Amino acid sequence: MLEVVELTCERGERSLFSGLNFAAPGGTLLRIAGPNGTGKTSLLRILCGLLEPVSGEVRWHGRNVRKLREDYWKDLVYVGHMNGVKDDLTVRENLRVNAEVAGRPASPDRLADALERVGLTGFEDRMARFLSQGQRRRIALARLYVSETAPLWILDEPFTALDVKGVAELSALIGQHVRNGNTVALVTHQEVPIDAPRRQRVEFAGGGSGAASSVEEEATC
Amino acid sequence: MLRVLLQVIRRDLLLAVRQKADVLNTLFFFVVVVTMVPLGIGPEPNLLRAIAPGVVWVAALLAAILSLARLFANDYADGTLEQMLLSSEPLTLIVLGKAAAHWLVTGLPLTVMSVVFGVVFDLGLQETGVLVASLLLGTPVLSLIGAVGAALTLGLRGGGVLTSLLVLPLYIPVLIFGSGAVGAAASGVTYAAYLLLLGAFLLFASVLTPWAVALALRISVE
Repeated sequence: MLEVVELTCERGERSLFSGLNFAAPGGTLLRIAGPNGTGKTSLLRILCGLLEPVSGEVRWHGRNVRKLREDYWKDLVYVGHMNGVKDDLTVRENLRVNAEVAGRPASPDRLADALERVGLTGFEDRMARFLSQGQRRRIALARLYVSETAPLWILDEPFTALDVKGVAELSALIGQHVRNGNTVALVTHQEVPIDAPRRQRVEFAGGGSGAASSVEEEATC
Repeated sequence: MLRVLLQVIRRDLLLAVRQKADVLNTLFFFVVVVTMVPLGIGPEPNLLRAIAPGVVWVAALLAAILSLARLFANDYADGTLEQMLLSSEPLTLIVLGKAAAHWLVTGLPLTVMSVVFGVVFDLGLQETGVLVASLLLGTPVLSLIGAVGAALTLGLRGGGVLTSLLVLPLYIPVLIFGSGAVGAAASGVTYAAYLLLLGAFLLFASVLTPWAVALALRISVE
């Protein structure tokens, strides 16, 4: 259960949003939408606990994430705007090192499986610097396959640089994760249909009004 | 817990091997500074013997500062630092691992090379031994304190200059006791106190600086 209570965010003395409230229980797909520069990524970074809000708090199972810290991050996978891929490591090394540093060591088989599922088989021993943007994005997304048990995924523009097939596979994966009773929060400009039992939308208004609203969508599909 | 420490060290060593130029740059700088001084001062053996510990120590200190810029900057730029901050393992351990790896690719090679400089500057066996011991205890302190400076100035424009300003005053005691140890050994006084003090600095820094670095990184990444 991810909860946001009276959240206010300012960046560079500009108010991005204030008094934002919503709750996303397990099995919710939370989609954050709105024009550029309205605070979507800032909201995600606050949800992760990377950014401290001006006021209000984010709660995970009823407790403030800024107090939970490592206990919260244990449950969280964040694929940010930046891929977190080292140019001078091979594809396999990147995934392995990331899993180790995140505190989720994975067996070589599991890593190979994750790479296969993002379509990077045959590239395992290539240096990441020689890969395309889309392939680097896939290395970052392979982390999701390694940490399928994490109950909260926070994804910032996960579909950028992916091809049509990649988008379809990723949206299927996200849908599956939500149906398993987990929470996924994502920012995306592409209206990719994702089949999820409970969907919620946080809409940022443009024009610097600093308004944001949260609505629950009817479950379709 | 220890696993993540070792994995971070392994990762940074692997990256250092793949980006040899960065590492060699620091070592080259150290060698150039130390070898240029006798050329500038002139070949007077007694004078060179007297200034050798100071020269080696100052060069090691400057080389350490030179290498600080890349301690967190690359990880910050490609987003891997962000992932480290979201680890379920303690950030202090990750930071300690990074500082240890930094020492292994800068401080340790400098210490090994100082053996050669002990011979070049015609230091006695004992003085060379004390110089190596002082560097062995002192250079990890430079890496640890430097990490605090690098973390505080992460993402700032002109961060390099600011790092030096922040870090230099804290380096001075290490420099004084490090070169002082060799001076004491050369003049036949007991040098144990100097080395013990350096050891104390090392313990103090390895306990306290990881917390400071972790805190500074969280602030810098916001």
